[in-house]
Amino acid sequence: METETKLMQGNEACVAGALHAGMRFFAGYPITPSTEIAELSALHLPKFGGKFIQMEDELASMAAAIGASIAGEKTMTATSGPGFSLKQENLGYAAMAEIPCVIVNVQRCGPSTGLPTSPAQGDVMQARWGTHGDHPMIVLTPSSVSETFSLTVQAFNLAEQYMTPVILLMDEVVGHMREKVNIKELSQLPQINRRRFEGQADDYYAYRPDQSLTPALMPFGEGYRYHITGLYHDETGFPTNSTDNARAQLKRLHQKLELGDNLAMYEEVEMEKEVDLMILSYGSTYRSARKAARKARKEGKSVGEFRVISLWPSPELAIREAAKKAKAVLVVEMNEGQYVQEVERIVKSKSEIHFLGNGAGELINPEEVYEKILEVLTCQANS
Amino acid sequence: MSSELVTKYFREDRLPHIWCPGCGHGIATRAVMEAIDRLGWDKNNTCIVSGIGCSSRAPGYLDFNTLHTTHGRALAFATGIKLAKPHLHVIVLTGDGDTSAIGGNHLIHAARRNIDITTVVFNNNTYGMTGGQYSPTTPFHDKGTTAPYGNIDQPFDICNLAQAAGATYVARSTVFHPKQLSQMVEKALQKKGFSLVEAISSCPTYYGRKNKKGTAVDMMNFLKYRAVSQSKFDALSPEEQAEHVVTGEFMNRTAPEYTESYQKIIDLVQGREESK
Ligand SMILES: Cc1ncc(C[n+]2csc(CCOP(=O)(O)OP(=O)(O)O)c2C)c(N)n1
Ligand code: SF4
Repeated sequence: METETKLMQGNEACVAGALHAGMRFFAGYPITPSTEIAELSALHLPKFGGKFIQMEDELASMAAAIGASIAGEKTMTATSGPGFSLKQENLGYAAMAEIPCVIVNVQRCGPSTGLPTSPAQGDVMQARWGTHGDHPMIVLTPSSVSETFSLTVQAFNLAEQYMTPVILLMDEVVGHMREKVNIKELSQLPQINRRRFEGQADDYYAYRPDQSLTPALMPFGEGYRYHITGLYHDETGFPTNSTDNARAQLKRLHQKLELGDNLAMYEEVEMEKEVDLMILSYGSTYRSARKAARKARKEGKSVGEFRVISLWPSPELAIREAAKKAKAVLVVEMNEGQYVQEVERIVKSKSEIHFLGNGAGELINPEEVYEKILEVLTCQANS
Repeated sequence: MSSELVTKYFREDRLPHIWCPGCGHGIATRAVMEAIDRLGWDKNNTCIVSGIGCSSRAPGYLDFNTLHTTHGRALAFATGIKLAKPHLHVIVLTGDGDTSAIGGNHLIHAARRNIDITTVVFNNNTYGMTGGQYSPTTPFHDKGTTAPYGNIDQPFDICNLAQAAGATYVARSTVFHPKQLSQMVEKALQKKGFSLVEAISSCPTYYGRKNKKGTAVDMMNFLKYRAVSQSKFDALSPEEQAEHVVTGEFMNRTAPEYTESYQKIIDLVQGREESK
């Protein structure tokens, strides 16, 4: 009999979600605080006929994950900040060559080797802009253990649906925390598999997109022989130096994600009406923000909550609309100010923006957020 | 023979290739195709993977499942393909810079794991694609655009390196000896485990010009002169040895292959699960 609920660690929920989504290949290199993801993948994958490999470094892990995906498997790799930096070149390759793959980054405090195992959310911009070139990126960020399971499934589904790498940007707190999850409910989540080309091999163009602007790359070894490269290429997959072709390809890479209606993921609380202050947060930091906002509301203060789930692409429209209803926006994140820049860009100074952050490896606790709320509201009252 | 091979294995619509006149890489590529042809391998089950460099452009011209990856990482990509689908034949075509400089770590670890991949290194002793800089195989004192006064790095012996790291088949020939080269590739392809064949190639455009090696034909004649057997090499003085390179088979052994070892784990774990 399947038990309804289970006590799980965030990293464990990530592996459980990945297996549920159909992960059959994991390549990684150990780094705290992501290591449990590699360990549990090594333990469980063979039970499903899947494969685990500990590569010589993160560059190789990213490459092996892409290789296995090209051979038709759903693949994942997991790391933390320094390893994430090393993955960047091949992450860009996956974006360019349109190879689905899930990359987990359980963030820790940086720069460099920083404060190992101390929490931070300092890789928000690296997730978006870490690799060279102008490709878009999907980055999802869970706030709870249960959501780590569901967003991992979603990460695999989006990767397969849009033929693109997807980053699951966790933080140390979510990765290491233990919470109850409803396994029965989570195991109802649907699985999406990449599209297959149904015609004759002679009519096959690996990089000819359908209406969703996404190509159907057939796994190597199934009779569709074609070429994959990180160079700009035409619909045959072969490189071309034509700038017209490059322009069209780059545009399509952006547009295929712009078409995605399930890409804007967010959650709003108490934002159906106008508020004096909206707190915007994500990941584990949202938990402190939520507690502070509730306390403030209990005291009769007008405070709404906005949680970003898909950091990239940003839920632009939703943030803009929500900010219109707020006299001020307070962005809280565990860094020295990263996503707040994105919020400023989106809101375009139509709302007052405040920031509370800490990138030095410390949690932002609910009391700090609460004090900041009071500070902003007092300012408002006095002006 | 050659035109038949072209029709059978080359993507004719991708020709002409980008290689300079007199470049040795075409001969090395052909030697690989001849070996595949003799084995009668199914093109649909064969993947050819490369990194970045002139040598690494080879897969684009070949009618298989082909993958042109990032600089130095071909073996890591290939490892993913092979482990995910062990029934696929996986071949890596790479350059000396690609495989022994930026990709050196992946080379030693692929060899150490003994995963069933055949690597053919087109070694022209230089970085051709970026214009003739010195590489980890440039002989001591030879010149490159980044070694204008002569190279003072000690060169790698890629075959020694692969052997020491755990490869099960290692051999070296030159593009002046295409028949021997092709036979070595054939043996390497048949080997269950990590195999490496070093094909000493020539880059008249950069390495040749920088080091006053004469025309492309002169370079080929130089390869003929350079290649000696182990016994001949051993009889030479150290000064003479510096001029020569040993060709032949250096390693041919059996050892547990990685994907087979992993399959045993799957069988064991799944057997245990069933008997629960
Ligand atoms: C990360 C990275 N660094 C540098 C380069 C530039 N680069 C392209 S090919 C190459 C060297 C190729 O030399 P080799 O592998 O010996 O092949 P050859 O061109 O001589 O056949 C370099 C350094 C690159 N593409 N990527
Ligand atoms: S630059 Fe050298 S290695 Fe590259 S194609 Fe020309 S001759 Fe060959």
